[in-house]
Amino acid sequence: MPTPVVVESGEIHEIHTDADVVRVRQAARTLALSAKLSLVDQTKLVTAASELARNTLVYGGGGRATVEVVRLGPRRGVRAVFVDEGPGIPDLDLALTDGWTSGSGMGLGLSGARRLVDEFEVSTDVGTGTTVSVVKWTR
Amino acid sequence: MDRVPILKIGDILLVSIQVDLQDHIALALQEDLGDKIVATSARGVLIDISALEIVDSFIGRMLSTIASISRVLDAETVVVGMRPAVAITLVELGLSLGGVRTALDVDRGMAMLAASTEVRDDELEPDEHGASDTVSAPGD
Repeated sequence: MPTPVVVESGEIHEIHTDADVVRVRQAARTLALSAKLSLVDQTKLVTAASELARNTLVYGGGGRATVEVVRLGPRRGVRAVFVDEGPGIPDLDLALTDGWTSGSGMGLGLSGARRLVDEFEVSTDVGTGTTVSVVKWTR
Repeated sequence: MDRVPILKIGDILLVSIQVDLQDHIALALQEDLGDKIVATSARGVLIDISALEIVDSFIGRMLSTIASISRVLDAETVVVGMRPAVAITLVELGLSLGGVRTALDVDRGMAMLAASTEVRDDELEPDEHGASDTVSAPGD
């Protein structure tokens, strides 16, 4: 369910290489600064964005990230949406389990990212792709 | 930049990560360190991450792997300079950095390495001292 928020500014980044993952990280940091997230919250958001961008690259076969400064009433925040047209996640509950991985990772990407943000939504269809949306709000 | 530079100070290798690490550069660093430990007979590896704004699961795994590789090659690893916000995030992410020793800054990390190198040297035969005598522990 989409949150009724106002988008103040945003950027779209394609994710096809390691360097793109770094660029998404940097975009998340820049927007987290302009949304005036605290240092710890910036770090959490950027770390979550890094995990999810890498998932998009490694498991989704590439895709794109939209990073936005959003506002809901008096609160601002940063929303990051990761979209791929990859194989999708057959068992989402399993994929959200700590330590479970279909690849060579540590199995903390999806579950860890969820703990670092305030809102977390995944929609996925086998054969169609995966969209992960996260939001970190100012306190 | 495609490589993270590795400096040799006495029998310690010093790595200061000053770039936003791409995954393939992190992997290259693991391999380079393994090679360099063997080539220089280094006894310790000091990794300064004070410039890193985040440590995600990939970089965390790199640090654990480097610690394991160096242990197998008879060298100790100490990671220094982690920012408080990074530490908080790392714990919440669920990473424990198993097997990685940490110190607050480079000085303390050097002292930690010097201390553990001395202990190991004392266990050796007297005539096996040698090159390590030329390395003095930083005063603390």
